[in-house]
Amino acid sequence: MSMNPSQPAQPASPLAAAPAPSTPAPFKETPKASDPYKADVGHIGKSVQIRGELTGSEDLYLDGAIEGTIDLRDHSLIIGPNGKIKASITARDLVVHGKVEGNVTASGRVELRKSCTLMGDVSTKRIVIEDGAFFKGAIDIKEKDAKEESRKPMAAAASAGFNAGSSPASGTGAAGYSASSSPQGSFLDGK
Amino acid sequence: MRWFRGADSSQPKSQESAQPAPRTKRTCIGLGEFMRSLSTTGEEKKKCVLDLGPTSPTNIALLTELDARVYNEDILHESQDPSYMVKQEDGSVQIDSAKFFAENLDYPEGQFDAILFWDVADYLPEPLVKPLVERLQAMLKPKGHLLAFFHTKDAGAESLYSRHHIVQKDILELEPVQGFQLQRIFNNRHIENLFKDFASRKFFLGRDNIREVLMVR
Repeated sequence: MSMNPSQPAQPASPLAAAPAPSTPAPFKETPKASDPYKADVGHIGKSVQIRGELTGSEDLYLDGAIEGTIDLRDHSLIIGPNGKIKASITARDLVVHGKVEGNVTASGRVELRKSCTLMGDVSTKRIVIEDGAFFKGAIDIKEKDAKEESRKPMAAAASAGFNAGSSPASGTGAAGYSASSSPQGSFLDGK
Repeated sequence: MRWFRGADSSQPKSQESAQPAPRTKRTCIGLGEFMRSLSTTGEEKKKCVLDLGPTSPTNIALLTELDARVYNEDILHESQDPSYMVKQEDGSVQIDSAKFFAENLDYPEGQFDAILFWDVADYLPEPLVKPLVERLQAMLKPKGHLLAFFHTKDAGAESLYSRHHIVQKDILELEPVQGFQLQRIFNNRHIENLFKDFASRKFFLGRDNIREVLMVR
């Protein structure tokens, strides 16, 4: 099964009908779980069950059950708290509140929220895991592209002096902690 | 080996309390050495690190910052799954280690450069301990490191299982996890025997009566 929830009917000659935009596309904010019905976000409710291949060209909020593959290559996917996914997932950004069994590839960012269970390997550029999230698998942080690398020194300078505590969600960029007194004592025995 | 309260593994125990327990910090010499073993020196391949404790965002953040590939398997949590329990001839219920290992820690030999075992062995059901150590040894690369913690007798039978967050290369933050009971106390001889196939073992004793052991395959 192939599903593309709200793709409008295309005119016979897309080149003639759709002139190239002269201004850059506006920044698309990642949809929030609390706002699943946002106009430009597709929605699959908790009673929906899909088996097969799910592809799309818009952001998607998914609260149902899916078995197969999910491909939203350049778009965001939010798995709601009732979501039960047994599929390999490809998306730009992924936020998981529910249960996912399968490998995840994200070109942007993955967020595992505290209620979530993810069993599978994750390959992404950035990951945020909240305390309480259950994760079983491997995490591979992909190399940042050259554009981001060039921005890194500026970002590092901007974050100098940042002192992370034990916040509920820690990104890979978080660093700098304060240490307390040491209960560690003597060296017992060595070989 | 000393046992506490008969360890009935059939009872589901992993229910965390609603109130988050306070975290404590400790400096770990063994962890410092472990982390130094991970520092890459222009190596092409990413190092693979297996964390056997409950998922820690802090550990994942720190290890991925070191350009390591992080694997996470909460072995103790998995061992509580009732689907692994089988009834014995005497009527008691025990975990089926063959079934457990068919579905967990299924990695090729020599996959990992380092393994964080934490204090899992002290809380694990007895049938899993020896096969688990054998499997971990096989999964480690030659000269790979394994870091394990063991409670000493003085730590007490009520010692809580902890989630270990690596906040600095030699500093841990311990977050108590409710619902697991200490099953046994290993002394130095037990540890030597259990990890006898490793090339070397280094022991460090903390003032909090936790014995850190850094094993090298």
